[in-house]
Amino acid sequence: MNPSIRRRSILTTAGTAALTIPLLGGCVTSSGPPSSGGDAPSGAKSADNPLGVKADAPLEVVVFKGGYGDEYAIAAESTYQQRYPAAEIDHKGLQKVGEAMQPRFVAGDPPDVVDNTGAGRLDIATLVAAKQLTDLSELLDAPAFDQSGKSVRDTLLPGVVADGTFGGSTVALNFTYTVWGLWYSKALFAERGWTYPSSWAEMITLCAEIRKSGVAPWTYQGKYPEYINDPLLTMAAKIGGLDLVKAVDNLAPDAWKQPGLTEAATAFAELAGKGYVMSGSEALSHTEAQAAWCQRKAAFIPCGSWLEAEQKSVTPAGFDMVMGVVPASGALPATAVQAASSESFLVPSAAQNPAGGMEYLRILFSRGSAASFAAANSTLPAVAGATDGLTLSSGLGSVRDAVQAAGGDAFNYRFRTWYAPLAKAVDDATGELVNRRISVADWSTRIQKASDSLAKDSTVVKYTR
Amino acid sequence: MRHGRWRFLLAALGPALALHVVFVLSPYAQAFYLSLTDWTGVAGAAHYVGVDNFVRLGGDGLFLDAVRNNAVMLLVVPAATIAVGLFLANMLSTRKGSTAYQIVYFFPQMLSLVIIAVLWGFVYNPNTGLLNSGLRALGLSSVARSWLAEPSLALPAVMAVIVWSSVGFYVVLFRAAIDGIPRELFEAARLDGAGEWATFRGVTLPLVRESVQVAFVYLGIVALDGFVLVQVMTVGPGGPDGATEVVGLSLYRTAFTYGKFGYATAMGVALFFAALTFAVLALRWGRDREPA
Repeated sequence: MNPSIRRRSILTTAGTAALTIPLLGGCVTSSGPPSSGGDAPSGAKSADNPLGVKADAPLEVVVFKGGYGDEYAIAAESTYQQRYPAAEIDHKGLQKVGEAMQPRFVAGDPPDVVDNTGAGRLDIATLVAAKQLTDLSELLDAPAFDQSGKSVRDTLLPGVVADGTFGGSTVALNFTYTVWGLWYSKALFAERGWTYPSSWAEMITLCAEIRKSGVAPWTYQGKYPEYINDPLLTMAAKIGGLDLVKAVDNLAPDAWKQPGLTEAATAFAELAGKGYVMSGSEALSHTEAQAAWCQRKAAFIPCGSWLEAEQKSVTPAGFDMVMGVVPASGALPATAVQAASSESFLVPSAAQNPAGGMEYLRILFSRGSAASFAAANSTLPAVAGATDGLTLSSGLGSVRDAVQAAGGDAFNYRFRTWYAPLAKAVDDATGELVNRRISVADWSTRIQKASDSLAKDSTVVKYTR
Repeated sequence: MRHGRWRFLLAALGPALALHVVFVLSPYAQAFYLSLTDWTGVAGAAHYVGVDNFVRLGGDGLFLDAVRNNAVMLLVVPAATIAVGLFLANMLSTRKGSTAYQIVYFFPQMLSLVIIAVLWGFVYNPNTGLLNSGLRALGLSSVARSWLAEPSLALPAVMAVIVWSSVGFYVVLFRAAIDGIPRELFEAARLDGAGEWATFRGVTLPLVRESVQVAFVYLGIVALDGFVLVQVMTVGPGGPDGATEVVGLSLYRTAFTYGKFGYATAMGVALFFAALTFAVLALRWGRDREPA
């Protein structure tokens, strides 16, 4: 080969590229900002049609077809069709919603409803900042589809509306409800005579006992450190209360140095320091760690309420997994849980039929639709009371009981959705903390530094709660 | 007649040129432009922010980790792969009954990189993985480690997989180059009493230098990437704590998780210039050493 020709051709290509910038640059960004649905079709509002849907306007629904499938969304579409027989419904069940929807948002031609879920979903904070989403307050105030006398807002579990609210405007409605806690096998605990601890001191005592019996007390999904973050942050919130959570989410100065957080970090550093975490956990993926836990190699594993469904095929019979709340209390009672909704349904602001999109969500979030979703997927929907009267599996039953016991004491950190880079910094720091490579003081300092630099960064849209 | 020929040439070249401009040049040009904006990737509007994105790169700790790791990979991966490749190729050409090996070495090349990453993830599993199990079976339990979860071992563990997966191709390449050397040269060297090492240094290496140089450029580009293996195999991914972060991963996360396409594009442009500089330097180094 001839080096000089090759190099020249590379440089020529680069040069040509540079010269063509003025000609071709800006293609991706050539369309203007999203136009609000000023020209969107709307019909007359009535008791039957509170959102003013135009009966013959077409409706396009895009849902994530993942672990839950998309039958539940299709069922809601057929209800919509019954009400508006003239409407033409275009349904798409996709795995890579983000990839498929990104160009459509850019082109200003998004569908009427998007279920922005799954790997590669679009960052909601970014969509909000780009003014791509419709405010759903009209939907929230509309009467619920099948519970007379209640508005849609009244039918949702605590925190669901807040989870979809950015800067005072609710732009996403999450369909499933996730609770985080510590999972254990009821059968294993009964067999060994162990009792689920009600305080962290009891947890440490129990861990010593568990280890003596040859079982590792804890394991965690080390490859993804956010899993061990969840119980740590839950504990901090229970000690420090909602003020602690708000300070963290509002990027307050010294938020990460609050006593509740350092106490929780110390507790988890101690857990690891005493050798109560199964060795090797730090490198295990979620499937590997969860499999080890299902094989009774470890007693506790932190996870969200999706665990039971995820482990369905590998859980031995009679394992009876249940979720316990993180044993800690302080400003919040011991029953408090970290809970958040997910499976975000959005109505894009540039949608052709936003009223139809919202009406579709009103049907989807009805009690009937949510109940059949719960029955089919062993997952708690975001609609209150949707699981009433259903026979639940041990895991889902324990999750529902935890939600009922918590009452109004369900809390959630928002920084993960508001500031993804901060979430990354927290995950990295906690991974180092539980592997005893950094001290609790370093942990606080590092995360605080990341929080401060975000607070100073003028290119990041800030939210407060 | 002549006129008609031009028309024919234009008709033949035009579509190809147009495709090239639309699908190759235009994305490049747009990338250069976008790296100077705050484009979010989900809206039609972007604001020009000048060189802000590039200034920001200098203060981005994770990006600097990525640059450091790519630099380490750039130093280690091509050198190690070429050394192993040359050694094996030389062995194959001087020993009999080696054809089977040549095919075996090529096997990793047939596997998708994602599959390689998943398989090696299993091998490195601290509790049930092949590597630690093997060490324990040999009574070397004290050497067993949590390979991908210890900051000092994670990057070498990834680099070992890159070398493993690419070496087979270069064995074949170097083998072909060595086979192209006239046998008389080896015979002459042997008659002069040269040993194997002297023959390799004095005859083989100088005569396969061009192939080595090409390998160096290709492997350098592989070392500047590393995205797939890191994304699939490592803790985090990119961890523990940035120990295996690579520029490609930073770029991907910035674009698709953080929704900062403008900033991510700036990373891409920086990577483009790094790769370009590397290629130019590597080729110039080769040319300068060419016998006059």
